[in-house]
Amino acid sequence: MEIHSPEFKEKSRIALHDVNLQKALSNLKAGFPVKRSTAVARMPEFEQLRDEATALKNHILENLDIYLEQFEANVIKNGGHVHWCRTPDDACKKILEICKDVDSKTVTKGKSMVSEEINLNDYLQKNGVEPIETDLGEYILQLRGDHPSHIIAPAIHLNLEDVSEIFHEKHKRPKSSDPAVLMQEAREMLREKFAGADVGITGANFLVAETGSTIIVTNEGNGDLTQTLPKTHIVVTSIEKVVPTLEDMTLFLRLLARSATGQEFTVYNTLSTGPRRTGDQDGPENFHVVLVDNGRSEMVGTEFQEMLRCIRCSACMNHCPVYGAVGGHSYGWVYPGPMGSVLTPQMIGIEQAGLLPNASTFCGKCESVCPVRIPLPKLMRHWREDEFSKHLSPKAVRWGIGGWAFFAKRPGLYRLLSTSSNLFLRVMAGKKGRIKKIPMAGGWTDWRDMPAPSGKTFMSQYKSRKQS
Amino acid sequence: MSKAEILGNIRHGLKRGEASQEQKQAVINRINAHTRNLVPQRAQLPHEEQVALFIAMATEAAAEVYQLESINEVPQICANWLKEHNISSLVTASDASILALDWNSVSDLSCEQRVAQVGDAASLTSSFAGIAETGTLMLHSGKDSPTTLNFLPDNHFVILKRSDIVGPYEDAWQRLRDKTQGDLPRTVNMITGPSRSADIEQKLQMGAHGPKDLIILLIND
Ligand code: SF4
Repeated sequence: MEIHSPEFKEKSRIALHDVNLQKALSNLKAGFPVKRSTAVARMPEFEQLRDEATALKNHILENLDIYLEQFEANVIKNGGHVHWCRTPDDACKKILEICKDVDSKTVTKGKSMVSEEINLNDYLQKNGVEPIETDLGEYILQLRGDHPSHIIAPAIHLNLEDVSEIFHEKHKRPKSSDPAVLMQEAREMLREKFAGADVGITGANFLVAETGSTIIVTNEGNGDLTQTLPKTHIVVTSIEKVVPTLEDMTLFLRLLARSATGQEFTVYNTLSTGPRRTGDQDGPENFHVVLVDNGRSEMVGTEFQEMLRCIRCSACMNHCPVYGAVGGHSYGWVYPGPMGSVLTPQMIGIEQAGLLPNASTFCGKCESVCPVRIPLPKLMRHWREDEFSKHLSPKAVRWGIGGWAFFAKRPGLYRLLSTSSNLFLRVMAGKKGRIKKIPMAGGWTDWRDMPAPSGKTFMSQYKSRKQS
Repeated sequence: MSKAEILGNIRHGLKRGEASQEQKQAVINRINAHTRNLVPQRAQLPHEEQVALFIAMATEAAAEVYQLESINEVPQICANWLKEHNISSLVTASDASILALDWNSVSDLSCEQRVAQVGDAASLTSSFAGIAETGTLMLHSGKDSPTTLNFLPDNHFVILKRSDIVGPYEDAWQRLRDKTQGDLPRTVNMITGPSRSADIEQKLQMGAHGPKDLIILLIND
């Protein structure tokens, strides 16, 4: 996917005025958070599960190299292959090579954010292999030439009308506005494609070191058809997804669906362990795992290591006021919302993604719902510091902070200034106590009134109370 | 090359070289112990209550659950259901308990044992376990249980014995390890209700790519 993160401000401005987008986003706000809180209420042990999952992820990261090698050994033992890929380019090349080896013209794809991260579809297409997305949301987006705006509900930015139009245009069938009819249409269109593909590509939610298994979690069953029918199954995934045992995977599964869609459990949780066994009547004959790094290994041992605990549940963006207002596309790359604001600078560079960690109100909601307790606001602050120390933040910000620091280091001056601006603002606000416009602060006052300071400054109140 | 670089980066971050034999052994021991993490209270009920919880949770996930006194009732139940839905053929797995069923009494139903194909209307398979905590079925691949039967047909019948219902997922994993001596089958499918999607305007629609109906035949054994 092309990078548009530097345009975050413009894109947000447009998004805020986009009536259709705002309507679509309202479905998100009314849906996932409510369902999550119901599911959490039904699981009294939820907070304990979060603690255990956080501790377990930390243990895994401290031993990541050992677990990855265990996983690899067990994939090989079961007759599969593991390919380690440092860069998106390495991964795309490897996947193409596997496709060419089996003379594949078309590949079906289950939903995979890592494949978005490495821009796999474009690469395959340019090299003569046609990728077919099979997740309903991803299928709709592919028909539109669009990209996901959410990590688990990729077409959340669209309305029924958009789907109805594109299906009518591409399927050449009578136009319908019934979601059930539209889904049936997609089901029929994709049936033959599933059976006709030579290679099926899926992602993975977890990799189990104990058994060399990969697991996918889906509600539609498309991922299962994708990996069962073709001769070759390629799993494209990333290094932080490894877990020690089936029991450990189970701990994360108890958290994943509840945090994501608010379901008790996702419909299909499917483990794949190597290619078909002697005597099996179906299933792929070749099993490949493409392990993508793309900057993750460099996060180990840094202040961003905690981000590697992420299980991609999407709770942070579902509860984020910024995401809810501007939608996923405003973030301008693959991963939106709070988790994206931490990951994107790592993957495309803070130079390009600097605006993202700044697009936060630090309300803390994301951290409060994250199943693996990632301190997302703290990590965004680290990126701001990094940006500042590299002299990348805008001049106005640097001068503003510089000016503030000047006064903060001179308490007498600081008090004089705060007392006088307090007075000034109160005069400006008049009887209503609200200020409609402040010069050079349009970013605030264009959207809302500024309340006037309500009384004396903290220091003068402190003084007078101490005396009494 | 990539592998060495990735592992090198990780080790650099962890401020050590390749792990010592001791560290590796500690990880292997942790894996082999199969220690359970917290198991929720609801998964630790007495067996009768587990069965009731399984039925409640599976039904909530939109599966249909029929309770049968004996496995011999399976052909008739399938035939009735299919007739009601205007379906006249069924593809089945070929495990011993399905092979032992007598289909002669339902002669208007054509029954075949094979892998599923595009266009199949209904399938019948056995399941390995039922997990009470979320009403989840566990099925696995094998020479007599093709995986396509679980996903391709429009309707999926699954036989589950009451005695195979366990509380938590962990019990099912342990049973599977015991049965296969630790070598997992190619695939394990955990299935909770029929296929669905909410990708259009976040409104739930049943029957996306997998079966539109999941019918659990719970056998009193
Ligand atoms: S950061 Fe936490 S809440 Fe956000 S997607 Fe990752 S695991 Fe879920």
